[in-house]
Amino acid sequence: MIEKLIMYMSFPFVRYALIVGVLIALCSSLLGVTLVLKRYSYIGDGLSHVAFGALAIATVLNITNKMIIILPLTVISAILLLKKGTNSKVKGDASIAMISVGALAFGYLLMNLFPSSSNVSGDVCSTLFGSTSILTLTGEEVVICGILSVIVLIIFIFLYNRIFAVTFDENFANAVGTKVDFYNLIMATIIAVIIVLAMNLVGSLLISALVIFPALSAMSLIKSFRGVTIFSAISSFICAFVGIVASILWGTPVGATIVAVNVVLFLFCQVIGKLKR
Amino acid sequence: MSILLAKELAVGYDHNPVLQGINFSIESGDYFCIVGENGSGKTTLMKTLLGLQPSISGVVEFGAGVKKTNIGYLPQQTDFQRDFPATVFEIVLSGCQNGLGKGFFYTKAQKQMALKNIEKMGILALKNRCYRELSGGQQQRVLLARALCATQKVLLLDEPVAGLDPIVTEEMYQVISKLNKQGLTIIMISHDIENVKRYATRIYDVTEVRN
Repeated sequence: MIEKLIMYMSFPFVRYALIVGVLIALCSSLLGVTLVLKRYSYIGDGLSHVAFGALAIATVLNITNKMIIILPLTVISAILLLKKGTNSKVKGDASIAMISVGALAFGYLLMNLFPSSSNVSGDVCSTLFGSTSILTLTGEEVVICGILSVIVLIIFIFLYNRIFAVTFDENFANAVGTKVDFYNLIMATIIAVIIVLAMNLVGSLLISALVIFPALSAMSLIKSFRGVTIFSAISSFICAFVGIVASILWGTPVGATIVAVNVVLFLFCQVIGKLKR
Repeated sequence: MSILLAKELAVGYDHNPVLQGINFSIESGDYFCIVGENGSGKTTLMKTLLGLQPSISGVVEFGAGVKKTNIGYLPQQTDFQRDFPATVFEIVLSGCQNGLGKGFFYTKAQKQMALKNIEKMGILALKNRCYRELSGGQQQRVLLARALCATQKVLLLDEPVAGLDPIVTEEMYQVISKLNKQGLTIIMISHDIENVKRYATRIYDVTEVRN
Protein backbone atom coordinates (compact mmCIF):
# COMPACT_ATOMS: atom_id res chain seq x y z
CA MET A 1 0.00 0.00 0.00
CA ILE A 2 2.73 2.42 1.03
CA GLU A 3 4.75 1.37 -1.99
CA LYS A 4 1.84 2.14 -4.27
CA LEU A 5 1.52 5.56 -2.69
CA ILE A 6 5.24 6.28 -3.06
CA MET A 7 5.08 5.11 -6.64
CA TYR A 8 2.24 7.55 -7.40
CA MET A 9 3.95 10.37 -5.54
CA SER A 10 6.95 10.08 -7.79
CA PHE A 11 4.82 11.56 -10.59
CA PRO A 12 4.99 15.36 -10.35
CA PHE A 13 1.37 15.88 -11.48
CA VAL A 14 0.10 13.72 -8.65
CA ARG A 15 1.97 15.87 -6.17
CA TYR A 16 0.64 19.05 -7.82
CA ALA A 17 -2.89 17.69 -7.82
CA LEU A 18 -2.60 16.92 -4.13
CA ILE A 19 -1.38 20.43 -3.35
CA VAL A 20 -4.10 22.06 -5.42
CA GLY A 21 -6.85 19.82 -4.07
CA VAL A 22 -5.93 20.72 -0.53
CA LEU A 23 -5.72 24.45 -1.36
CA ILE A 24 -9.14 24.46 -3.00
CA ALA A 25 -10.67 22.62 -0.04
CA LEU A 26 -9.13 25.19 2.29
CA CYS A 27 -10.54 28.17 0.36
CA SER A 28 -14.02 26.75 -0.04
CA SER A 29 -14.28 25.97 3.66
CA LEU A 30 -13.33 29.55 4.62
CA LEU A 31 -16.22 31.05 2.72
CA GLY A 32 -18.47 28.17 3.67
CA VAL A 33 -18.77 29.52 7.20
CA THR A 34 -20.22 32.80 5.93
CA LEU A 35 -22.51 31.11 3.42
CA VAL A 36 -23.93 28.67 5.95
CA LEU A 37 -24.50 31.42 8.52
CA LYS A 38 -26.15 33.70 5.98
CA ARG A 39 -28.49 30.87 4.99
CA TYR A 40 -26.97 30.60 1.54
CA SER A 41 -25.79 27.00 1.74
CA TYR A 42 -27.30 26.16 -1.60
CA ILE A 43 -25.57 28.92 -3.49
CA GLY A 44 -22.55 26.70 -4.13
CA ASP A 45 -24.80 24.14 -5.72
CA GLY A 46 -26.61 26.69 -7.87
CA LEU A 47 -23.39 28.28 -9.08
CA SER A 48 -21.76 24.99 -9.90
CA HIS A 49 -24.64 24.19 -12.20
CA VAL A 50 -24.20 27.56 -13.86
CA ALA A 51 -20.54 26.67 -14.31
CA PHE A 52 -21.65 23.38 -15.88
CA GLY A 53 -23.87 25.26 -18.33
CA ALA A 54 -21.01 27.64 -19.12
CA LEU A 55 -18.69 24.71 -19.68
CA ALA A 56 -21.15 23.27 -22.18
CA ILE A 57 -21.21 26.57 -24.07
CA ALA A 58 -17.42 26.71 -24.09
CA THR A 59 -17.24 23.13 -25.35
CA VAL A 60 -19.71 23.77 -28.14
CA LEU A 61 -17.84 26.92 -29.20
CA ASN A 62 -14.68 24.79 -29.14
CA ILE A 63 -12.65 27.20 -27.04
CA THR A 64 -9.34 25.81 -25.78
CA ASN A 65 -9.13 27.78 -22.54
CA LYS A 66 -12.63 27.20 -21.20
CA MET A 67 -12.00 29.36 -18.11
CA ILE A 68 -12.47 32.50 -20.27
CA ILE A 69 -16.17 31.67 -20.57
CA ILE A 70 -16.86 29.78 -17.35
CA LEU A 71 -15.33 32.25 -14.88
CA PRO A 72 -17.13 35.45 -15.98
CA LEU A 73 -20.51 33.74 -16.39
CA THR A 74 -20.32 32.18 -12.94
CA VAL A 75 -19.15 35.41 -11.31
CA ILE A 76 -22.06 37.33 -12.87
CA SER A 77 -24.57 34.74 -11.64
CA ALA A 78 -23.07 34.84 -8.15
CA ILE A 79 -23.41 38.61 -8.01
CA LEU A 80 -27.01 38.46 -9.23
CA LEU A 81 -27.92 35.76 -6.70
CA LEU A 82 -26.37 37.48 -3.67
CA LYS A 83 -27.75 40.85 -4.68
CA LYS A 84 -31.26 39.62 -5.33
CA GLY A 85 -31.35 37.58 -2.13
CA THR A 86 -33.03 40.16 0.06
CA ASN A 87 -35.42 42.33 -1.92
CA SER A 88 -36.95 40.63 -4.88
CA LYS A 89 -40.16 39.05 -5.97
CA VAL A 90 -38.54 35.64 -6.41
CA LYS A 91 -37.13 34.79 -2.97
CA GLY A 92 -33.55 33.67 -2.34
CA ASP A 93 -33.91 29.91 -2.38
CA ALA A 94 -36.33 29.88 -5.31
CA SER A 95 -34.07 32.01 -7.50
CA ILE A 96 -31.10 29.77 -6.72
CA ALA A 97 -33.11 26.67 -7.58
CA MET A 98 -34.36 28.32 -10.76
CA ILE A 99 -30.94 29.31 -12.09
CA SER A 100 -29.45 26.02 -10.95
CA VAL A 101 -31.75 23.60 -12.75
CA GLY A 102 -32.15 25.92 -15.73
CA ALA A 103 -28.40 26.01 -16.35
CA LEU A 104 -28.11 22.27 -15.82
CA ALA A 105 -30.81 21.51 -18.38
CA PHE A 106 -29.43 23.89 -20.99
CA GLY A 107 -25.91 22.61 -20.46
CA TYR A 108 -26.92 19.00 -20.99
CA LEU A 109 -29.09 19.95 -23.96
CA LEU A 110 -26.19 21.80 -25.64
CA MET A 111 -23.78 18.94 -25.03
CA ASN A 112 -26.18 16.51 -26.67
CA LEU A 113 -27.10 18.74 -29.61
CA PHE A 114 -23.48 19.53 -30.43
CA PRO A 115 -21.46 16.57 -29.21
CA SER A 116 -17.75 17.39 -29.11
CA SER A 117 -16.67 13.79 -28.61
CA SER A 118 -18.18 10.36 -29.18
CA ASN A 119 -18.67 9.79 -25.46
CA VAL A 120 -21.14 12.48 -24.37
CA SER A 121 -22.42 10.68 -21.30
CA GLY A 122 -18.84 10.09 -20.14
CA ASP A 123 -18.06 13.80 -20.54
CA VAL A 124 -21.19 14.79 -18.66
CA CYS A 125 -20.51 12.33 -15.89
CA SER A 126 -16.98 13.58 -15.28
CA THR A 127 -18.16 17.21 -15.27
CA LEU A 128 -20.84 16.41 -12.74
CA PHE A 129 -18.89 14.15 -10.43
CA GLY A 130 -15.30 15.25 -11.07
CA SER A 131 -12.44 13.46 -12.72
CA THR A 132 -12.58 9.70 -12.25
CA SER A 133 -8.87 9.88 -11.61
CA ILE A 134 -6.76 12.71 -10.30
CA LEU A 135 -4.29 11.87 -13.05
CA THR A 136 -6.45 13.60 -15.64
CA LEU A 137 -5.81 17.09 -14.21
CA THR A 138 -3.58 19.03 -16.60
CA GLY A 139 -0.49 20.98 -15.53
CA GLU A 140 -1.98 24.30 -16.64
CA GLU A 141 -5.12 23.78 -14.54
CA VAL A 142 -2.97 23.02 -11.53
CA VAL A 143 -1.00 26.25 -11.85
CA ILE A 144 -4.12 28.42 -12.29
CA CYS A 145 -5.79 26.74 -9.32
CA GLY A 146 -2.74 27.26 -7.15
CA ILE A 147 -2.44 30.98 -7.92
CA LEU A 148 -6.14 31.74 -7.50
CA SER A 149 -6.32 29.82 -4.21
CA VAL A 150 -3.47 31.84 -2.75
CA ILE A 151 -5.15 35.09 -3.84
CA VAL A 152 -8.42 34.01 -2.19
CA LEU A 153 -6.60 33.16 1.03
CA ILE A 154 -4.88 36.53 1.20
CA ILE A 155 -8.08 38.45 0.50
CA PHE A 156 -9.92 36.49 3.17
CA ILE A 157 -7.30 37.15 5.83
CA PHE A 158 -7.24 40.88 5.15
CA LEU A 159 -11.01 41.26 4.98
CA TYR A 160 -11.68 38.90 7.89
CA ASN A 161 -12.98 41.60 10.26
CA ARG A 162 -15.28 43.10 7.67
CA ILE A 163 -16.55 39.71 6.54
CA PHE A 164 -17.45 38.94 10.14
CA ALA A 165 -19.21 42.28 10.54
CA VAL A 166 -21.23 41.85 7.36
CA THR A 167 -22.06 38.22 8.13
CA PHE A 168 -23.28 38.90 11.65
CA ASP A 169 -25.31 42.02 11.00
CA GLU A 170 -25.70 43.70 7.61
CA ASN A 171 -28.00 46.41 8.96
CA PHE A 172 -25.61 47.50 11.68
CA ALA A 173 -22.66 47.38 9.29
CA ASN A 174 -24.56 49.52 6.81
CA ALA A 175 -25.61 52.01 9.48
CA VAL A 176 -22.03 52.63 10.62
CA GLY A 177 -20.85 53.13 7.06
CA THR A 178 -19.33 49.77 6.07
CA LYS A 179 -19.85 49.26 2.36
CA VAL A 180 -21.94 46.11 2.69
CA ASP A 181 -22.82 45.87 -1.00
CA PHE A 182 -19.17 46.10 -1.96
CA TYR A 183 -18.12 43.32 0.42
CA ASN A 184 -21.03 41.15 -0.69
CA LEU A 185 -19.82 41.68 -4.25
CA ILE A 186 -16.29 40.62 -3.32
CA MET A 187 -17.59 37.55 -1.52
CA ALA A 188 -19.81 36.61 -4.47
CA THR A 189 -16.83 36.89 -6.80
CA ILE A 190 -14.60 34.78 -4.56
CA ILE A 191 -17.28 32.12 -4.18
CA ALA A 192 -17.70 31.92 -7.95
CA VAL A 193 -13.95 31.61 -8.45
CA ILE A 194 -13.69 28.84 -5.86
CA ILE A 195 -16.55 26.94 -7.42
CA VAL A 196 -15.06 27.07 -10.88
CA LEU A 197 -11.77 25.84 -9.45
CA ALA A 198 -13.38 23.10 -7.42
CA MET A 199 -15.29 21.84 -10.43
CA ASN A 200 -12.12 20.21 -11.77
CA LEU A 201 -11.58 18.44 -8.50
CA VAL A 202 -14.95 17.25 -7.25
CA GLY A 203 -17.32 18.03 -10.13
CA SER A 204 -20.41 20.23 -10.24
CA LEU A 205 -22.74 18.14 -8.12
CA LEU A 206 -20.42 17.68 -5.17
CA ILE A 207 -19.04 21.19 -4.73
CA SER A 208 -21.50 22.35 -2.12
CA ALA A 209 -20.26 19.52 0.08
CA LEU A 210 -16.82 21.17 0.18
CA VAL A 211 -18.49 24.47 1.06
CA ILE A 212 -20.90 23.39 3.79
CA PHE A 213 -19.56 20.27 5.54
CA PRO A 214 -16.40 21.78 7.08
CA ALA A 215 -18.42 24.76 8.35
CA LEU A 216 -21.15 22.55 9.82
CA SER A 217 -18.61 20.25 11.48
CA ALA A 218 -16.89 23.25 13.05
CA MET A 219 -20.14 24.86 14.19
CA SER A 220 -21.22 21.77 16.09
CA LEU A 221 -18.10 21.97 18.28
CA ILE A 222 -16.66 25.49 18.38
CA LYS A 223 -18.14 28.62 19.93
CA SER A 224 -16.22 31.53 18.47
CA PHE A 225 -16.30 32.78 14.88
CA ARG A 226 -12.52 32.76 14.63
CA GLY A 227 -12.43 29.23 16.05
CA VAL A 228 -15.10 28.03 13.65
CA THR A 229 -13.21 29.53 10.70
CA ILE A 230 -9.89 28.00 11.71
CA PHE A 231 -11.36 24.60 12.59
CA SER A 232 -13.28 24.40 9.34
CA ALA A 233 -10.17 25.34 7.34
CA ILE A 234 -8.03 22.72 9.07
CA SER A 235 -10.65 19.99 8.91
CA SER A 236 -11.30 20.69 5.22
CA PHE A 237 -7.55 20.57 4.60
CA ILE A 238 -7.21 17.20 6.33
CA CYS A 239 -10.32 15.72 4.71
CA ALA A 240 -9.12 16.70 1.24
CA PHE A 241 -5.68 15.23 1.92
CA VAL A 242 -7.06 11.96 3.30
CA GLY A 243 -9.64 11.77 0.52
CA ILE A 244 -7.12 12.25 -2.29
CA VAL A 245 -4.65 9.76 -0.81
CA ALA A 246 -7.43 7.22 -0.34
CA SER A 247 -8.60 7.70 -3.91
CA ILE A 248 -5.07 7.05 -5.14
CA LEU A 249 -4.71 3.91 -3.03
CA TRP A 250 -8.07 2.34 -3.84
CA GLY A 251 -8.67 3.88 -7.24
CA THR A 252 -11.94 5.52 -6.16
CA PRO A 253 -13.31 8.73 -7.75
CA VAL A 254 -11.51 11.69 -6.19
CA GLY A 255 -14.44 14.02 -5.55
CA ALA A 256 -16.76 11.44 -4.08
CA THR A 257 -14.02 10.16 -1.77
CA ILE A 258 -13.22 13.63 -0.40
CA VAL A 259 -16.90 14.30 0.23
CA ALA A 260 -17.31 10.93 1.94
CA VAL A 261 -14.45 11.75 4.32
CA ASN A 262 -16.10 15.10 5.06
CA VAL A 263 -19.40 13.41 5.85
CA VAL A 264 -17.71 10.99 8.25
CA LEU A 265 -15.97 13.85 10.05
CA PHE A 266 -19.26 15.77 10.26
CA LEU A 267 -21.03 12.82 11.89
CA PHE A 268 -18.11 12.39 14.28
CA CYS A 269 -18.25 16.09 15.28
CA GLN A 270 -22.00 15.86 15.79
CA VAL A 271 -21.60 12.97 18.19
CA ILE A 272 -18.82 14.73 20.13
CA GLY A 273 -20.90 17.91 20.22
CA LYS A 274 -23.89 16.03 21.66
CA LEU A 275 -21.72 14.30 24.28
CA LYS A 276 -20.18 17.59 25.39
CA ARG A 277 -23.58 19.11 26.13
CA MET B 1 -27.77 72.23 19.93
CA SER B 2 -29.67 70.12 17.46
CA ILE B 3 -28.20 66.67 16.79
CA LEU B 4 -30.76 65.42 14.31
CA LEU B 5 -33.32 67.34 12.37
CA ALA B 6 -36.19 65.96 10.27
CA LYS B 7 -37.95 68.42 7.98
CA GLU B 8 -41.17 67.55 6.11
CA LEU B 9 -39.89 64.00 5.91
CA ALA B 10 -41.87 61.26 4.15
CA VAL B 11 -40.76 57.65 4.48
CA GLY B 12 -41.89 54.42 2.86
CA TYR B 13 -41.13 51.82 0.23
CA ASP B 14 -41.32 52.09 -3.57
CA HIS B 15 -42.64 55.68 -3.55
CA ASN B 16 -45.56 54.72 -1.30
CA PRO B 17 -45.25 56.80 1.85
CA VAL B 18 -46.05 55.00 5.10
CA LEU B 19 -45.53 58.16 7.10
CA GLN B 20 -45.34 61.76 5.90
CA GLY B 21 -45.13 65.27 7.26
CA ILE B 22 -42.60 64.27 9.91
CA ASN B 23 -40.99 67.24 11.66
CA PHE B 24 -38.81 67.05 14.72
CA SER B 25 -35.53 68.23 16.10
CA ILE B 26 -33.54 66.16 18.58
CA GLU B 27 -31.29 68.09 20.94
CA SER B 28 -28.08 66.89 22.55
CA GLY B 29 -28.86 64.99 25.76
CA ASP B 30 -32.44 64.18 24.81
CA TYR B 31 -34.12 60.87 25.59
CA PHE B 32 -36.28 60.94 22.49
CA CYS B 33 -38.88 58.26 21.98
CA ILE B 34 -40.68 57.46 18.77
CA VAL B 35 -43.85 55.57 19.66
CA GLY B 36 -46.68 54.00 17.72
CA GLU B 37 -48.36 50.68 17.17
CA ASN B 38 -46.80 47.78 15.30
CA GLY B 39 -46.88 48.42 11.58
CA SER B 40 -47.21 52.20 11.96
CA GLY B 41 -43.91 52.82 10.15
CA LYS B 42 -41.56 53.34 13.10
CA THR B 43 -38.86 51.00 11.82
CA THR B 44 -39.13 52.47 8.33
CA LEU B 45 -38.61 55.91 9.84
CA MET B 46 -35.56 54.71 11.76
CA LYS B 47 -34.04 53.06 8.70
CA THR B 48 -34.47 56.30 6.80
CA LEU B 49 -32.83 58.30 9.60
CA LEU B 50 -29.84 55.93 9.41
CA GLY B 51 -29.69 56.15 5.65
CA LEU B 52 -30.40 52.43 5.20
CA GLN B 53 -33.13 53.36 2.76
CA PRO B 54 -33.81 56.58 0.83
CA SER B 55 -36.47 59.02 1.99
CA ILE B 56 -39.37 59.74 -0.33
CA SER B 57 -39.19 63.46 0.29
CA GLY B 58 -37.94 65.90 2.86
CA VAL B 59 -34.57 66.01 4.62
CA VAL B 60 -32.68 64.46 7.51
CA GLU B 61 -29.87 66.64 8.84
CA PHE B 62 -27.18 65.81 11.38
CA GLY B 63 -25.55 68.51 13.46
CA ALA B 64 -23.34 69.16 16.46
CA GLY B 65 -20.40 67.14 15.14
CA VAL B 66 -22.42 63.96 14.64
CA LYS B 67 -21.99 61.99 11.46
CA LYS B 68 -24.42 59.38 10.24
CA THR B 69 -21.75 56.70 10.61
CA ASN B 70 -21.12 57.67 14.24
CA ILE B 71 -24.50 56.63 15.54
CA GLY B 72 -24.67 53.58 17.77
CA TYR B 73 -27.45 51.49 16.30
CA LEU B 74 -29.21 48.67 18.15
CA PRO B 75 -31.23 46.83 15.50
CA GLN B 76 -33.88 44.24 16.20
CA GLN B 77 -32.38 40.78 16.28
CA THR B 78 -32.77 38.56 13.28
CA ASP B 79 -33.51 34.86 13.61
CA PHE B 80 -30.16 33.65 12.39
CA GLN B 81 -28.26 35.79 14.90
CA ARG B 82 -29.75 33.83 17.77
CA ASP B 83 -27.66 30.77 16.92
CA PHE B 84 -24.60 32.55 15.61
CA PRO B 85 -21.29 31.00 16.68
CA ALA B 86 -19.34 34.01 17.93
CA THR B 87 -18.06 35.13 21.30
CA VAL B 88 -19.35 38.21 23.10
CA PHE B 89 -15.99 39.90 22.60
CA GLU B 90 -15.96 39.27 18.84
CA ILE B 91 -19.40 40.78 18.44
CA VAL B 92 -18.74 43.84 20.59
CA LEU B 93 -15.44 44.45 18.81
CA SER B 94 -17.26 44.52 15.47
CA GLY B 95 -18.87 47.75 16.73
CA CYS B 96 -15.49 49.38 16.09
CA GLN B 97 -15.74 48.71 12.36
CA ASN B 98 -16.37 52.38 11.55
CA GLY B 99 -12.96 53.05 13.11
CA LEU B 100 -11.15 50.64 10.78
CA GLY B 101 -10.92 53.34 8.12
CA LYS B 102 -8.68 52.05 5.38
CA GLY B 103 -7.02 49.57 7.73
CA PHE B 104 -7.79 45.89 7.99
CA PHE B 105 -7.26 44.93 11.62
CA TYR B 106 -8.46 46.30 14.96
CA THR B 107 -5.93 48.23 17.05
CA LYS B 108 -5.13 47.64 20.71
CA ALA B 109 -7.02 50.79 21.64
CA GLN B 110 -10.13 49.52 19.86
CA LYS B 111 -9.90 46.18 21.66
CA GLN B 112 -9.63 48.01 24.96
CA MET B 113 -12.64 50.13 24.12
CA ALA B 114 -14.61 46.95 23.40
CA LEU B 115 -13.61 45.55 26.78
CA LYS B 116 -14.52 48.81 28.52
CA ASN B 117 -17.99 48.75 26.99
CA ILE B 118 -18.48 45.10 27.87
CA GLU B 119 -17.66 46.04 31.45
CA LYS B 120 -20.00 49.02 31.30
CA MET B 121 -22.86 46.69 30.38
CA GLY B 122 -22.01 44.43 33.33
CA ILE B 123 -21.27 41.36 31.20
CA LEU B 124 -17.50 41.13 31.63
CA ALA B 125 -17.86 37.59 32.99
CA LEU B 126 -19.52 36.56 29.71
CA LYS B 127 -16.69 37.96 27.56
CA ASN B 128 -15.64 34.61 26.08
CA ARG B 129 -19.04 32.96 26.11
CA CYS B 130 -20.82 32.07 22.91
CA TYR B 131 -23.55 34.50 21.89
CA ARG B 132 -26.10 31.76 21.16
CA GLU B 133 -25.86 30.43 24.75
CA LEU B 134 -26.92 33.75 26.31
CA SER B 135 -30.38 34.75 27.45
CA GLY B 136 -32.37 37.36 25.53
CA GLY B 137 -31.49 40.11 28.01
CA GLN B 138 -27.80 39.26 27.93
CA GLN B 139 -27.84 39.27 24.13
CA GLN B 140 -29.37 42.76 24.15
CA ARG B 141 -26.59 43.94 26.47
CA VAL B 142 -24.01 42.54 24.05
CA LEU B 143 -25.59 44.42 21.14
CA LEU B 144 -25.81 47.55 23.26
CA ALA B 145 -22.10 47.28 24.09
CA ARG B 146 -21.42 46.93 20.37
CA ALA B 147 -23.50 50.06 19.67
CA LEU B 148 -21.48 51.95 22.30
CA CYS B 149 -18.28 51.06 20.43
CA ALA B 150 -19.62 52.84 17.36
CA THR B 151 -20.55 56.11 19.04
CA GLN B 152 -19.57 58.74 21.56
CA LYS B 153 -22.81 60.69 21.36
CA VAL B 154 -25.96 59.12 19.97
CA LEU B 155 -27.67 55.76 20.45
CA LEU B 156 -30.51 54.67 18.20
CA LEU B 157 -32.47 51.79 19.70
CA ASP B 158 -35.06 49.80 17.79
CA GLU B 159 -37.49 48.12 20.22
CA PRO B 160 -34.74 47.33 22.75
CA VAL B 161 -37.05 45.40 25.08
CA ALA B 162 -38.93 43.33 22.49
CA GLY B 163 -39.33 39.76 23.69
CA LEU B 164 -37.83 40.34 27.16
CA ASP B 165 -39.61 39.41 30.38
CA PRO B 166 -40.79 42.22 32.74
CA ILE B 167 -37.82 42.06 35.13
CA VAL B 168 -35.22 42.09 32.34
CA THR B 169 -37.19 44.81 30.57
CA GLU B 170 -36.97 46.99 33.66
CA GLU B 171 -33.21 46.35 33.91
CA MET B 172 -32.77 47.28 30.27
CA TYR B 173 -34.62 50.58 30.80
CA GLN B 174 -32.39 51.30 33.80
CA VAL B 175 -29.25 50.68 31.75
CA ILE B 176 -30.46 52.96 28.94
CA SER B 177 -31.49 55.65 31.43
CA LYS B 178 -28.04 55.52 33.02
CA LEU B 179 -26.36 55.96 29.63
CA ASN B 180 -28.59 58.98 29.00
CA LYS B 181 -27.57 60.54 32.31
CA GLN B 182 -23.93 60.03 31.35
CA GLY B 183 -24.51 62.36 28.42
CA LEU B 184 -25.55 60.12 25.54
CA THR B 185 -28.45 61.21 23.39
CA ILE B 186 -30.98 58.39 23.15
CA ILE B 187 -33.33 57.91 20.24
CA MET B 188 -35.61 54.97 20.88
CA ILE B 189 -38.40 53.26 19.02
CA SER B 190 -41.02 51.52 21.09
CA HIS B 191 -44.65 50.51 21.28
CA ASP B 192 -44.42 50.17 25.06
CA ILE B 193 -45.86 53.66 25.71
CA GLU B 194 -46.56 53.12 29.44
CA ASN B 195 -42.93 52.40 30.33
CA VAL B 196 -41.49 54.91 27.91
CA LYS B 197 -43.41 57.75 29.61
CA ARG B 198 -41.44 57.18 32.82
CA TYR B 199 -38.03 57.67 31.20
CA ALA B 200 -38.25 59.66 27.99
CA THR B 201 -37.79 63.41 28.05
CA ARG B 202 -39.63 63.73 24.74
CA ILE B 203 -42.15 61.50 23.04
CA TYR B 204 -43.02 61.58 19.36
CA ASP B 205 -46.18 59.68 18.44
CA VAL B 206 -46.18 58.67 14.77
CA THR B 207 -49.88 57.82 14.77
CA GLU B 208 -50.60 61.50 15.20
CA VAL B 209 -48.68 62.60 12.11
CA ARG B 210 -50.05 59.87 9.89
CA ASN B 211 -51.60 61.24 6.67
